[in-house]
Amino acid sequence: MTVRALRRRAVSALMTGLVAGLCLLAVLPLLFILGDLVAKGASSIDWHFFTRSPAPAGESGGGVANAIAGTGVIVGLAGLIGLPVGIGAGIFLAEYGAGRLGFFVRFVADVMNGTPSIVVGIFAWTFIVKPVGHFSALAGAVALAVLMVPMIARTSEEMVRLVPHSLREAALALGYPRWRTSLRVVVRSALSGIVTGSLVAIARVAGETAPLLFTALGNLNFTTDVSQPMQTLSLQIYVYATGPFDEWHRLAWAAALVLMGLVLVLALFARWVTRERYGAR
Amino acid sequence: MSAVELRNLVTGALAGPPAPGIVPLPVVDVRAYNFWYGRTQALFDVTFTVPRRAVTALIGPSGCGKSTFLRSVNRLNELIAGTRHTGEILLDGVSVFAPGSDTVDLRRRVGMVFQRPNPFPKSTFDNVAYGPRLNAFARERDLPARVERALRQAALWDEVKDRLDGPGTGLSGGQQQRLCIARALANEPELLLMDEPCSALDPHATQRIEELIIELKQTYTIVIVTHNMQQAARVSDYTGFFYLGRLVEFGDSNQVFTAPRDERTEAYITGRFG
Repeated sequence: MTVRALRRRAVSALMTGLVAGLCLLAVLPLLFILGDLVAKGASSIDWHFFTRSPAPAGESGGGVANAIAGTGVIVGLAGLIGLPVGIGAGIFLAEYGAGRLGFFVRFVADVMNGTPSIVVGIFAWTFIVKPVGHFSALAGAVALAVLMVPMIARTSEEMVRLVPHSLREAALALGYPRWRTSLRVVVRSALSGIVTGSLVAIARVAGETAPLLFTALGNLNFTTDVSQPMQTLSLQIYVYATGPFDEWHRLAWAAALVLMGLVLVLALFARWVTRERYGAR
Repeated sequence: MSAVELRNLVTGALAGPPAPGIVPLPVVDVRAYNFWYGRTQALFDVTFTVPRRAVTALIGPSGCGKSTFLRSVNRLNELIAGTRHTGEILLDGVSVFAPGSDTVDLRRRVGMVFQRPNPFPKSTFDNVAYGPRLNAFARERDLPARVERALRQAALWDEVKDRLDGPGTGLSGGQQQRLCIARALANEPELLLMDEPCSALDPHATQRIEELIIELKQTYTIVIVTHNMQQAARVSDYTGFFYLGRLVEFGDSNQVFTAPRDERTEAYITGRFG
């Protein structure tokens, strides 16, 4: 009896240790990246970094204001296009997606989820940049939106499916038509989950570079005109990191730190939204 | 003529109270109703009437079609793909399946209480106001009075009047079920369907709901599905016994429980199967 108990305790301790070790191993790269970014980038971050556009090549003292604004504009625009489509598709899949059309949409979404982002960039180049004749922030936003839609659709579908069936029936039995039940009861209950999924998708595309290379292209000047080429943090990092100047490398690290911080803030915000789910309402 | 009708004629068990006096007009009139889930037939030739302002209990073993029948009356079954039916269910003389008839209006007139309490994740007040708000027959300023009346009818008012803004899901199980009853009553339905409303409740809460049912039949017509035969005997005026998708026996509760006409009813009531 005691031998068996001891053995159980030993196996339990071993397993707990193993799992904790693996967990640490999984988090380690993130900690290294964060540490590296702070070590190499933090010293370059000052007020000018946020307020000025890049200085001409070789000179020092420029910032990435154009890239920060560009990331905001392009990702915001992508969200504006991608969120309604993605969430709508997710609700459709969960509520009416039992038939052949639902199967087809789900299949397409899964394939698109696995499509390399650079392919989506080529798509946007072919259908927007080429017909229009020049690169634009809008084309970049469309490329990011296309990336977002399947992600958001699938997470929204899962969230809507989690709403208990009894809640649906309660509304239907009170006389609510099906579409109003979907919107007022089901989606309302799944809302925090949908918002979380959307924020995660936004955070993911905010760091995309490949689909922007031949759509938004990049721009050394500050602009908010979506019909023109626009800089983003990810493009700026790409240009600076592959450039020949030490000053550029320094700025690339700092820009990477800012981008990482941005994604982190979005992720924390998503966490905060989910916390609401367990509140009184 | 169907087997059920024939047997009813032979045994003289046509629906309605055997007691003298005025026979109440039926609220629901079910005629040769058959129902299929895909290829599986769940209900066979069900024919009976539900008397007005009385409690009708439907009893029978699990999977014998009681809930399926209940959900046919407010057409909740139609949401399941592959279901179909033949026959008629008349509500106040008009078919619930009549072409052009509106499920929204039907479900306002036919309230339903489910097996497990299922309040919306909203305040107590909003839960009760949910139906009236949709159906727009109550103006916003009339809502408080209507909500209070429904909560009083559901014998819940005194317990929640000080926390109408609190979450409906924060009430106890028995209170939640009474909240769901209040929510259904706020629509002022003509008929209240209850699908095993006490199966998730403790004995005390069950007693409260049973008292409530007896009180509500002064105003409402109630059809209750229950697995608890004592409950059926306690609260109901009429009882129907379902077995394998057929309505084996329907009649006055006293008669069904003391002198069942069908041997299967007797076997079930005395606990030999089910």
